[in-house]
Amino acid sequence: MAEMTGTSAPLVQAESPLAPLRPARSGPRLRAARRRRQAAIRWVVVVLVLAFFVTPMVSMVDFTTRLLSGKRSGIAWRKVVDFGQLDPQAKDLLVDGLRTSLILAVLTVVIMVVLLVPTMTWVRLRLPGMTRTIEFICLLPLIIPAIVLVVGYYPIYRFIGQHFSTSSVWLALAYGVLVLPYAYRALDAGLSAIDVKTMSEAARSLGSSWAGVMWRIVVPNIATAIAGAAFLSVALVLGEFTVASLLSKNNLQTSLVLVSSADPRFATAMSLVVLLLAFLLLFVLTFVGNRRRARR
Amino acid sequence: MTATTTAGPATATERTGVRVQLQDLRRSFGDVRALDGMRLDIDPGELVVLLGPSGCGKTTALRVLAGLEDADSGAVVVDGRDISGVPTNKRDMGMVFQAYSLFPHMTARDNVAFGLRLRGQGAGERRRRAEEYLELVGLDHHADRYAHQMSGGQQQRVALARALAIAPKVLLLDEPLSALDAKVRVQLRDEIRRLQLEVGITTLFVTHDQEEALAVADRVGVMREGRIEQIDAPEVIYSRPATAFVAAFIGLTNRLPGHASGDTVTVLGSRVPMLPGSPASGPVTALVRPEAVRLAPAADAAPDAGRAVVVATSFLGAHGRVQARLQDGTLLVAQLPVADIVALQVGQQVAVQVVPTPVLATAD
Repeated sequence: MAEMTGTSAPLVQAESPLAPLRPARSGPRLRAARRRRQAAIRWVVVVLVLAFFVTPMVSMVDFTTRLLSGKRSGIAWRKVVDFGQLDPQAKDLLVDGLRTSLILAVLTVVIMVVLLVPTMTWVRLRLPGMTRTIEFICLLPLIIPAIVLVVGYYPIYRFIGQHFSTSSVWLALAYGVLVLPYAYRALDAGLSAIDVKTMSEAARSLGSSWAGVMWRIVVPNIATAIAGAAFLSVALVLGEFTVASLLSKNNLQTSLVLVSSADPRFATAMSLVVLLLAFLLLFVLTFVGNRRRARR
Repeated sequence: MTATTTAGPATATERTGVRVQLQDLRRSFGDVRALDGMRLDIDPGELVVLLGPSGCGKTTALRVLAGLEDADSGAVVVDGRDISGVPTNKRDMGMVFQAYSLFPHMTARDNVAFGLRLRGQGAGERRRRAEEYLELVGLDHHADRYAHQMSGGQQQRVALARALAIAPKVLLLDEPLSALDAKVRVQLRDEIRRLQLEVGITTLFVTHDQEEALAVADRVGVMREGRIEQIDAPEVIYSRPATAFVAAFIGLTNRLPGHASGDTVTVLGSRVPMLPGSPASGPVTALVRPEAVRLAPAADAAPDAGRAVVVATSFLGAHGRVQARLQDGTLLVAQLPVADIVALQVGQQVAVQVVPTPVLATAD
C-alpha cells in the first residue's frame, strides 16, 4: 500500500523536467502552444493516476453503503465511528488488532531509527567502502517474497514463542526488516544532503562524544529524513497482512480479515479508513519535506 | 608570541601557548606512506605552517595531531604529555576545516556556543562569550544568521570563532582558506594571523599555497613524502633553501648551468656565492630566483655576460617578469622593475647577469 501511494506524485512530476530540454527555436506563440499541450498531457497523466487509485476506493465506498437488497445504508460507517455497535466478539478482535498494530508501528519506528541512523552514519564516516553492501542488504526485503521471509523467520519465532512469549508484538522485529528498503532510501537522502564527516569531526574537536555527535548534530540535521522514514514505516506496518497471517499473529489487517467473514461491509469500511490514514501520512510527509526545502 | 595586550576575550597575557611535539610519526594508507618518520617541534604560541604538494602528508600530520587519525607509530606530545591515545574530544584543540563545517541547524551564535555548552557553561555565560568571539572576528551583527545565510568567508570566520571560543591549547587550521575567492582569502589570512598573535595560541596551519604560508608563518615547514624537508622562518626558506625541492617548490626558480669552485659558482659569467649543501666543484645547476637575474640591452653589457633573446614580458603591478631564451635554448625568467621592462622589446638581444646573492646549486 505504501509503495503504491508513494509512486503517484513522482509519476506526475516526471513530466515537467522534459520541458527545458527542448530547444527554444520557435516564436512565443508556438512556445505557448507547446506549453498548453504539455499542461494537457500532465493533466491526462494526473487524471489517469487518480482514476487508478480512486476507482477501487469509490467501489469500496459503494460496497460499504449498499445492502444486498440494493438499498443504501450507513450502518457500516456508523460502526466505524462507534465500535459499540459491533458484535462484541468482533469488537474485541478489532480493538486488539488495532492496539497491536499501533504498538507495532511505534516499536518498528524505534527499531528502524536505532538500527539504521547510527549504522548509516558510521558507515559514511568510517567504512565508506561498505556503503554498497549495506544498501544491498537493506534492499533485500524488497526482492525476497514475504512467504520466503516467513520461512526464514519461522524458527526464530518458534524460539521466541518457546522461551519468551507468543505475543504479536514480536512482529516488530520482522517489520523492522520489512521497512529497511524504504527507511534506507529516506535516510540516505537525508545524510547525503549534509557533510556528515566534516560536521562530526568539528563536533568531536569541540569536545563532543560520539553519542553527542549523533544526538546533537546528525539527528537534528536529518530530522526530515527520519520523519519520512518513520511515516513510511508506519504506513507499511498499518497495512501489513502477509507476514502476520503466515506467522499466526494478530494485527489490524488480520483482525479485519477475520471480521470481514461476518461483517464484510464494516471490514471494508475500516480498510478504507486505514488506507486513507496511510495516504494522509504520506501527504504530510510530502508537505513537511517541501516546506523544509522551500525554507532553505 | 609577545603580543601587546589588546581588547579581546583572551589575550596573550591570559593564556600562554603550549609546546607541541610530533615525534617520529609514521602512518601508511595501504602502500602509500603518508607520514614517514615525521618530526616537528612547535614552540609555545608559535604559528607553524606545513606546506607541500598534495599527498605530501601535511593534512595527515594535522589530523594525527587532532586525533582524527591514528599514527601507526610515533608520539604526539602536547605540553609535555603524550596524548597519542587520547580521543579527539578530550584533546582540547580548536580546528577549522577546509570544507564549511558550521552546523546548519544552529545560528552563528549557537555554533560558537556549542563547545561551551559541552563544557557545562550556563546559558547566559555561553551567550556572552559566543558574542564576544563573534565580535572578535567582526561578525557580532550576524549572530542570528544560519550558515546558508552567510558567505563562505563569513562561515569560516564563525568557524574560527567557534574553534577559539573553547580556549583550546592548540589551534589547527586545515587549509581553511582554499574554498574562498582570492580577495577574501588574503583578508582572512591576515585576520587569522592578527587573532593568533592576539590570543597567543600555538597554531598549526596546513596549506598548499606558498604565498599564504610565507605571509602568516613564524616558521614554514616544507613537506615532501611524509617528512619535513626544511623548516625555517619564511625569509630563510625563500632565500636560503636547503634542498633543490624546497627551492623549486617555493617561489619561481631558474635552473641555470654553472661551474662550482670552492664556495662560489660561476653562472652566465657572474660569480655567485653558494649555500651550504651545494657541491664544491665541477659542473652544477644553480637555482637562481627571478629577482636575482638582471637583464640589460646587449650593447651596455660586460664582455663576459651571458646573452639571451627576450621572448615575452608581463606586468604584475610595480614589477614585471621577462622571459628570455639563452643561447643554449634554456628559458629563464627575470623579475625587474617596470621601468626596466619598458626598455626591453620582444626579440631584442640582452645581456644577462646574476646578482651575487647566495644560491643553492645541485650537481648535474
